[in-house]
Order: sequence, then structure tokens, then C-alpha cells
Amino acid sequence: MHIPTPPLDLEHARDASFQAAVASESGQCLASCYQCGMCTAGCAYTPDYDVPVHQVMRLVQLGLREQVLSCRAIWLCASCQACTTRCPNNIDVARVMDVLRHMARRAGHAPEANVKTFADSFLASVARHGRVFEAGLAAVFAIKSGRPMQDAGLGLPMLTRGKLALIPHEPTGNGKAEVAAIFARFNRFADQGAGRHSHDDVQRSGTPKASANTPKARSDTAKDSAPTTEDGQ
Amino acid sequence: MSDATTTNLTLAYYPGCSQTGTAAEYDRSSRACCAALGVGLVDVPDWSCCGSTPAHTVDHHLAGALAARNLIQAELTGHDRVATPCPSCLAALRTASHHLAEDSHPNGAAQNNASPGDADPNSRTRPSFRSQVERLLDRPAPLRSVAVSVLQVLVEDVGVEAIAAAVKHPLTGLRVAPYYGCIMNRPPGLMAFDDPENPTALDRVLTACGATVVDFPFKTECCGAAFAMPRLDIMQRLSARLLDMAASCGADAIAVACPLCQMNLDLRRGQVNAFSLGQGGIGHAMPVPYFTQLLGLALGLPESGLGLDKLVLDLRPALAAAAERTAEAQKLSAQAAQAQKSAKANGKNGTGHGPKPGCKENTPCA
Amino acid sequence: MRIGVMVCHCGNNIAATVDCEAVAAAAREFPDVVFATDHMYACSDPGQGTIEKTIRELKLDGVVVASCSPRMHEVTFRRAVERAGLNRYMFEMANIREHVAWISLDRKRNTEKAIDLVRMAVEKLRYDRPLTAKSFEVQKRVLIIGAGVAGIQAALDCAEGGLDVVLVERKASIGGVMSKLDKTFPTIDCSVCVLGPKMVDVGQHPRITLHTLSEVEELSGYVGNFEVTIRKKTPYVDWVKCTGCGACLEKCPSRKVPDSHNEGISTTTAITIPFPQAIPKRAAIDPTVCLHFTKGTCGVCKKVCPADAIDYDLKDEVVTEKVGAVIAATGLDLFDHRKCGEYGGGRYPDVITSLQYERMLSASGPTNGHIQRPSDGAEPKTVVFISCVGSRDRSVDRPYCSNFCCMYTAKQAILTRDHIPDSRAYVFYMDIRATGKGYEEFVRRAQEEYEVQYIRGRVAQIYPLYPLAGPEGNQLVVRGADTLLGVQVEIKADLVVLAVGAESAHGAPALAEKLRISYDAYGFFLESHPKLRPVETNTVGVFLAGACQAPKDIPASVAQASAAAGKVLALLSKDKLESDPQIAQVQAMRCIGCGKCERTCPFGAIRMRELRDGAKRAEVVETVCQGCGICSVTCPVRAIQLAHFTDSQLLAEVNALCRTWTETTGS
Repeated sequence: MHIPTPPLDLEHARDASFQAAVASESGQCLASCYQCGMCTAGCAYTPDYDVPVHQVMRLVQLGLREQVLSCRAIWLCASCQACTTRCPNNIDVARVMDVLRHMARRAGHAPEANVKTFADSFLASVARHGRVFEAGLAAVFAIKSGRPMQDAGLGLPMLTRGKLALIPHEPTGNGKAEVAAIFARFNRFADQGAGRHSHDDVQRSGTPKASANTPKARSDTAKDSAPTTEDGQ
Repeated sequence: MSDATTTNLTLAYYPGCSQTGTAAEYDRSSRACCAALGVGLVDVPDWSCCGSTPAHTVDHHLAGALAARNLIQAELTGHDRVATPCPSCLAALRTASHHLAEDSHPNGAAQNNASPGDADPNSRTRPSFRSQVERLLDRPAPLRSVAVSVLQVLVEDVGVEAIAAAVKHPLTGLRVAPYYGCIMNRPPGLMAFDDPENPTALDRVLTACGATVVDFPFKTECCGAAFAMPRLDIMQRLSARLLDMAASCGADAIAVACPLCQMNLDLRRGQVNAFSLGQGGIGHAMPVPYFTQLLGLALGLPESGLGLDKLVLDLRPALAAAAERTAEAQKLSAQAAQAQKSAKANGKNGTGHGPKPGCKENTPCA
Repeated sequence: MRIGVMVCHCGNNIAATVDCEAVAAAAREFPDVVFATDHMYACSDPGQGTIEKTIRELKLDGVVVASCSPRMHEVTFRRAVERAGLNRYMFEMANIREHVAWISLDRKRNTEKAIDLVRMAVEKLRYDRPLTAKSFEVQKRVLIIGAGVAGIQAALDCAEGGLDVVLVERKASIGGVMSKLDKTFPTIDCSVCVLGPKMVDVGQHPRITLHTLSEVEELSGYVGNFEVTIRKKTPYVDWVKCTGCGACLEKCPSRKVPDSHNEGISTTTAITIPFPQAIPKRAAIDPTVCLHFTKGTCGVCKKVCPADAIDYDLKDEVVTEKVGAVIAATGLDLFDHRKCGEYGGGRYPDVITSLQYERMLSASGPTNGHIQRPSDGAEPKTVVFISCVGSRDRSVDRPYCSNFCCMYTAKQAILTRDHIPDSRAYVFYMDIRATGKGYEEFVRRAQEEYEVQYIRGRVAQIYPLYPLAGPEGNQLVVRGADTLLGVQVEIKADLVVLAVGAESAHGAPALAEKLRISYDAYGFFLESHPKLRPVETNTVGVFLAGACQAPKDIPASVAQASAAAGKVLALLSKDKLESDPQIAQVQAMRCIGCGKCERTCPFGAIRMRELRDGAKRAEVVETVCQGCGICSVTCPVRAIQLAHFTDSQLLAEVNALCRTWTETTGS
């Protein structure tokens, strides 16, 4: 049953440019991390993580790109800022987690599918209405997540208290069009950059992992990360 | 600042999406309190979503552009400060301002974590945050306007003395746990308001309202935030922890300043209690009003304007219990004074009525 | 003039990237150069021998050595030329190591630059003139500032060596931080039992003048002849009459004064003797809390004093002392953990500092050596120690390691297990730094013999378990990480001890300014050279001892104190000192008496002398001038020249350099 773990061949496994790439996108010096564990100690989500925060930082330091980008922890960070607030080395840890999530998206990883679906559905709602339409978002998410009944019990109390707007409150003027235009530009630039990104990703990912890098996962990502058209309204 | 009604204080106001739906009562009570305390609010015209948490988890420039659009709109009001009740909107708007400002000083100070080496070797070749945001906006990004929370305006511009002076119906005897949420004050460098570990702004406002503020250790602990939908189990675990602590502090109610916290603790209470009971713990019935609703009550504003009816867990039993307890305490202290007067017997005084854990309001509910 | 040049290879340090032979060959063509050679190590015995021999044989008037930085070996070579009969200032050094060989690998261009530098040195040497040092009398007395263990050790060593010592201490008693400690690592011997006898010796030594409750207000003068102004704050007690009987303490009605010797965990009286072993053992009144001074009502101590020593009308006294040298031994303060909101920021009574815990452990402390929780006096069973609070933490601007916390934490954990055998001790740490003699073994004993549980990780949060549980059974939840396991850990603790880091003593930068010595960004005083001049400062005659320089434990503080005392004894063993002749010289004929030089001189070395006709002329106090040259460039009429760096000497160098440029670009 037990699969032996061979020693990590660091020279071979490391992606030396990875730490610099994370540093560049986040503006944070990862080399400053001395592994004190303050982030892990104070993180409300440590019990849910597969890799505790300080080890995420360690994986980045060592340039173990695939292990970082495929972990669930980076999707479960709620950006509550406890780590950033307390880091003795002034590292904006939450921002680093953000950047790792961006990279994971580009590399086609989404081990916490519902977290990604929620963010995509939220932004799709914003792109469509200019503001988030809560009822629409809830409905779309319920269907996409495959758990339509999870929050069904909340409908009645919300309805009776007038908290469930059934019609979206959209911006009154050009706002809706302007927001749509921001998303359109974002998607266009992302598509333009996609060639570069995927090129990067393929080049850097050393030994490709079958699970995350299958063509299917990749095409799903390309569609989902461009949250414009789907809303379900 | 001495007399709230004469202050000439007007700000732009950004309600945020939640405040048009699930948190309508936060919007309503915030406006009511500001009006009563002489704070003028001019709605940001044609405002749109700030991007909130989902945007920055997807892309920092997209998040920057969605927030910046609202900062541009805010400038149309002629006021440089934008008040918002929602900490998530506040964080999105302030983050955008922060990074836009940083970029306008290429060698500026607040770049990163004071690293000895060059943390950003590609910074010269990478397009700046500002240029990326402006590319998405297709117009220049603003720099002038800056977001502040309604709480900060009430504490720093109006002042707790003025609030206390304006209180008509003090919430005497009501024991409140002040729950700030995780991002009202954090990270401190960005939010620049109150203490990140032990904030006191909410405490001071509630004290000014005459309430008894309990020493709540989890003031800034995360409630599970937006995970209620994608990972209900996480939200249940974290929110249950908050409720247990508030109960063990003897709180009658938890005062909140964040629509997401409020939804998790109030609307989703059934889900949280179900989790607690499943773990062999207890459920809780304490209500979770917005601090602006409590402030509005204390200021004597009409209940209809505060949206108290929108709370899933009714606030009235807690208020009634507090009133009853206060009356009893007064009676006891009067008796004690009488006793002391008649015979200088033992030195017992009437202040020993500390709340006990597990008293009536905190008993399990279904 | 006959000049000799020696080009040093410095092993491979220079020769690897500079063609030393070519440099020597080029030097032979320079004007007045009669001899040039290269050598493997110019500073070696044979190298110096060659210099001396050549001077004698070729009757040289001056020597240029092209080698390392003058900071390294200028003194060495000056002595060599002096031994061969030349004036020591008929010597120039060209730095072709730090300024050439170490900064580029381009051998051709390095060689060219080295030749340029030698050319400049030769040109300057042609304008050099012999200079002679003057000598002056010295005060055979030393001022020591701070009477912790470092100041005490330095004072006793200097006094034993025959010097008169003026010892100044800010507090009412000497003893410093060490007098507050219970036991010391790694031997677990009683701190005050070791220190106490030394304190008594200080009090009784005929050569030591002790000023407690005193601070240095001003220091003027120069090495050998400093004058120090000391403000002696009045204790409102005549210490000649006071016998230290303590009658006043018993009757003083204001009893709620936080006891600073006990780090605020107990209270004391407004008139007090800091601790039983205090030196001097005299009572002093704190006028900020005394009812007589704050309300004008009380006078109890005056009534009860059997010696009639209390005098509310006493005033501060200002005394001046003349000394030949100064030792700064101002010690350290501790990080204020109120900055750490995650640990309660001072709100939780059962979260205390390591020094507060030390007072609790001490038999002469407020709990008589019993460990008690401040909140309810109960004996704690689970004690958690947190390392690096205010150390190695950039977020609170304390990036440095405080040096000794790892060790005292191990000691306190051992003592905890010793005092309360059924207790559990946990230590959260990031790294264990135990580099001293017997230190690593000591930490291992804590782990092995005393079963102290070490947890590799930091603590993010402390909060009360049940805020309403009241004093009884109320514990604190300590939430941290075990990074070795990669998990969050929680400990329900009865008491939390924060290993607060070291900070420079309160007011250290202001004192450094008075002493004209440098200090770092954190207020620690700067030594002259981190390796070779660790007790000297850049102000001649001012030395450092103990934690004022950097966080240090007791052995290191005592060692440095004795080293500083040795330096002072050596310095003041001479009856006269020589002054450096490389100082500013005023040409009185040119001086217009504008006074700009007086205002810009950072050392107060220039004063304005009034002539008989009322005109003013600048005058250099030769023994004070440090030769920095600021006055020289300030003077609008070029009336001040810095000896050995005159305008003509510097211009000769510049001309030599520019000539090569015009030659190379011209050809």
C-alpha cells in the first residue's frame, strides 16, 4: 500500500525562476520568509488546508512550482489578512496567496472547483449587471455546484424579510455598459496574453501532471477564467 | 465636532451591492444614523460593483479597474472622501487607491516588505499597476478620492462624545459583543484605522450608546466570509466558534459592521447551529444586529427606518431581557443602599451582578 | 628629493588582477623616484625590512607603499620608515587593493589605475613635510557611565589598576539588570550572590566616587583631559545622615507605587530603598508620587526618621569632574510588549515578561520565590514561554537577534520545573541560539532532564479560554504553529512568559551625542571596528562596555568591561599623550575673524581669540581637533590648512591624475 517517497532531487525538481516570478507579480520578497509559522498559527483556515501557509511559502522559496500551484490551500485562503497583519517580515502573505491562485488558474488547476465556480459566477453576474445580483448568483451557483438544496432553506426567511431582491439593481446610467466594457477588455487582453501564459506554463511545468494538465481541464479553464457570458438569467 | 447637528460634514457615499439586497437594513440604518448625526451623504452616481473578494482572487488589475471606476464616479460628487458601510467594498476601494498611489511614485516608500535585495527583478520590464488598470478602464485612473468606513466617519469625524450627547434612549444593560470582522482594520498599513489586533472604535460607539461592551477576544477573527456557498462546512466551523465565544462572554447580542459576517451569523444561524449540535456543542439564539441599528435605536430613530424587521433573529427579546435585568439591578442596589443606610453591616455593594455563562439568553435553541 | 616605491602583491589579493611588476616599472619613471620594487607581502617582516634597508642604503627622503587601505597598515609602515630614521609623515600609501584589485577583473585597466594611484601618491609625497606630534598631560581618572555589571566590573578593574574612578548611575542603586535576576545560565548560580560582593566592593573602594540618581549632562574636552558635568538628582534625603534603617518605608502612606525593581508586579512606597542589597543603601523619595510633593499634605517620613535625614527642600546638585577617559556602560532596556496586540498588548494579567517572571522566581522578589499567576495568585501548572518577542521582527523594527533570550528562556523553563515539579513547560522558538560555553548542553538539559517541551513555531494569538470564568480556572489559549509537523497547536496555559528582546537603553542616542560617539539605527553605540577595535569608539578616549554596544549576556558584558578597563589603564599609564599633528592650522594673517569655522566644527576645536584691537582670529585647540577638515573647506578666505592635507598637497595629486588623462587622450 505504502508508496515510497524518494528523496527530492532538488536540482532537478526546482524551477529557479518561480520564486522571482511570484516576487514580481506580488511585489513581495519571498526570500525574507524564515519559516516561523506565524501565518499558519493565526490562519483560520489551516485546519482546511492540505498545505499550511508557511509551507506554501517554503514551496515557493524552493521553486517547487507544480506542488504549489496544484494545492488546495491557495483556493481556501479567504484573504482575511491575519497572516499579512502579523508577518514579522512584513510579507503581504495574502497577496502572495492571491498571486499563486492567479498562476494556478492560468496553469489550469482548480482543485477546489466550487470556490473557483463561485468567484467566476460572481464576476459573471457583475459583468452582466454592473453589480452583483445576489439572487441570480445564488441560483447559478446552486446549479453549477451540483448542490442545489444546500441553501434552499434560506429562501423563505429572506423573502419574508424583503431581503431577496428578485430583480437586479443595476447602475442607473452608463455603469452597466462601462463595467461590461472593463470585462470585455480584460478578456481580450487575457486572450492576447494567453499564448504567452500557456507557453510559460508548458515550458516551466517540468514533468506535467496528468490530472491537472489534461486538455480538458485546460479548455475548461480558458472558458471559465473569462467570466463574461454565463449568468443563467 | 462638539455639536453633531451643526457639523458641516458631507461625504460621497458608496452603498455596495449587498446593501441593495441582503443587507438593505445596513444601508438604511447607516443613512439614518448619519443623517441624525449631521453627516451628509451624497450617493456616488451610477455606482457599480467594487469587485469585492472574487475580483482580486482572479486578477489584481481587474480588481483595480472595477474599484477605480467607482473612485472616478465618486469624484463627480465633489467630495474626495467616499464613505461605505461595507468592509469588503472598503478594502477593495482602498487597495485600488493604495496601489495606484504607489505607482505614481516609482521609487516610493511603501513598495514591499523592506527586503534587502531587489524583490521585484522584473519591475522595470513589467507594466505598472496604474497603466494596466488604465488600460482596462480605457481612461486615466483617479488618485484624489479615498474610501473610509462609515464607522470611521462616526468615530473620527463625529466623535463618540457627540454620539453620546445625541443618545436619547441608552441601551442600558444590553451586553454586546463587538465584532469587527477580519478586514475592517487589517492589514493596518492599508486600512490605517484603529488597532489591528484589538480595535476599539465599535466598542466606543456602543459604549456611547449606553450598552455594556463585553471583552470579546475574537473581534477580528474570520467568520468564513464568502465560503458559505462554496464550502459551507468551513463557514459553519468558523462562525460556530465566534458564537460560542460571544456566549461565553455573556453577550446578549453581537454587533457587526460587515454584511457578510451578518449573513453568516444571522441568516445562516440554522446551518451554524446544526453544525454545533452535530459536534456535541450547543446552538445559540443571540441576535446579530448591525451596529448602526443599535446606534439608531439609541439615538431614538424610528424602528422602521432601521430595518429591525429584516433581522432573522429578533433583537427585541434581548432588549427586553436587558431592560429587565437593569430594573432588577436598580432595585437591588436601591435595597442595598437602604440596608447600608439603616445599619452599617457588611460591605456588599450592588455591582456584583456580572453575567453568568449559560444564563437565559444563551441557552441552546433548536 | 629621493623617493622609494614598493608595490605589494598581497599574496594573490592584488597580484591576481594587477601587474605589480609593471606598476613598479612605471613608478621608476616618476620624478624623484630613485627606487621601485614589488614584494609578495610588504607588511611582512621581510617586507618592512626591505623598506628600512632601502631607506638607509639609498638615503631616501620618503617612501610610497602601494598596497591595502591605510586603515589597515598605515601605522605599520609609518613605524617602519621611522625606524629607518625618517619622519613618519614622509610616507604615502596608495590603496590598490580595495580601490583597484577587488573591484575589477580587468587586469590591463587595473594596472593602469594602480599606476595612476601610485603617481598621485608620489606627487603628494613631494610636497609632504615632516610633522611632529606635541605632548600633553593627562588626568589619571576615568568616568564610567552606568553601574550595571559591566560598569561595576570596569570600575573595579580600573580602581585596582590605580586609577581614580567616577561612577555615574541613573538609578538610586547600582546593580543594573543583573541585580533583578534570580539565577544565571548556564550554571544556575544565584545572580545577586555573585553580583552583591562586587557591589559592596564598589561602595567601599577608596578610589571609586559613586554618583547614583545621577546623569551626565555634558562632556567637553578631549582624550586625557575631559571635563564632565553631572546632575545629581536629589533624593530629598540627606544621604550622609541616612542609615538605611527603613523606618520611613514602614510608615509611608502612599503604598501603591509600582515597584520598578520588581518590574511593576508589586507595589512599593513613595520613599523607598530599591532592594535589600542596594548600594548605596539609602532611602530616596519619588516626588511624582509622594503626597508631600503632589498634595502638600504628608510629612510622615520626616517625623519618623531617627536620623533626621529627610529634607524636602533639598535641590538637585550639579558637579563637575575632570577625567582622562570615559567608559560608556549604559546597558539595555527591554522591548515593550504592549506593541504586540496579538499577545494581548498588556491587557491580560497572566501574560508577563521574562524579567517580571525573573522577579517572581527570585527569593528576594515580591512573591518570595513562589511562582504565582498575577490574576489570582494561583500556582500555574502549564507555563508557556514565547521566544523572540520584539527580536528578529521587522514588523516592529527590531530585526536583530537579542542574543541571550534563548538561554534565559531555557533557564526559566528549568526553574519552572524545579519550583513546581508537576508543572508543564512549553517553549515556542524559531531557532535556538546557544553558542556560548556550556550553553548548548544547558538547553539539552532543559529538554532531556527537565522535560521542557520545545515547539518549533511562533505564536499568533493569545486569548482567554472562557472570558467569564473569572479568576478561578481561567486559562489562556495560546495558539501557535508547530512548523515541524505543519499543524496549528493550541495550549491552555495558566501563565505565559514573553521572552522580550533587548533594546538600547532609554536615552542612549542623546548620551551618544554628548559623548560625540556614533550609534546605530536602534540606539546601540558603535565600536570603532567590529573585529579589531571592539571596545574603542571613533572618539579617542571613549570606550564601550556591555550591552550599550549590542545585546550581550553577563559573561560577554563582563569580558568587554575588563577589556575596556585594560584599554583605559594602558592609555592612562602614560604621563603624557601625543597629539596627532594632522590637524587644522590657522594662518592668522589671512583670517578675517568671520567665525564660520567655529560654527561648523563638530568637535568644538576652534575658538575665536580677541586681539588687542578688538579684531577676532580663529584659533585651533590642537588637542581637540580631530583633523576632519570641515573648517578648511568652510573658510571663505582659505586661511585654514589641514596639516598633511594642504591645498598644495591635494592639488599635486589632482594634477598628477589630470596629466595622465590629458596625456592618454592626447596621444
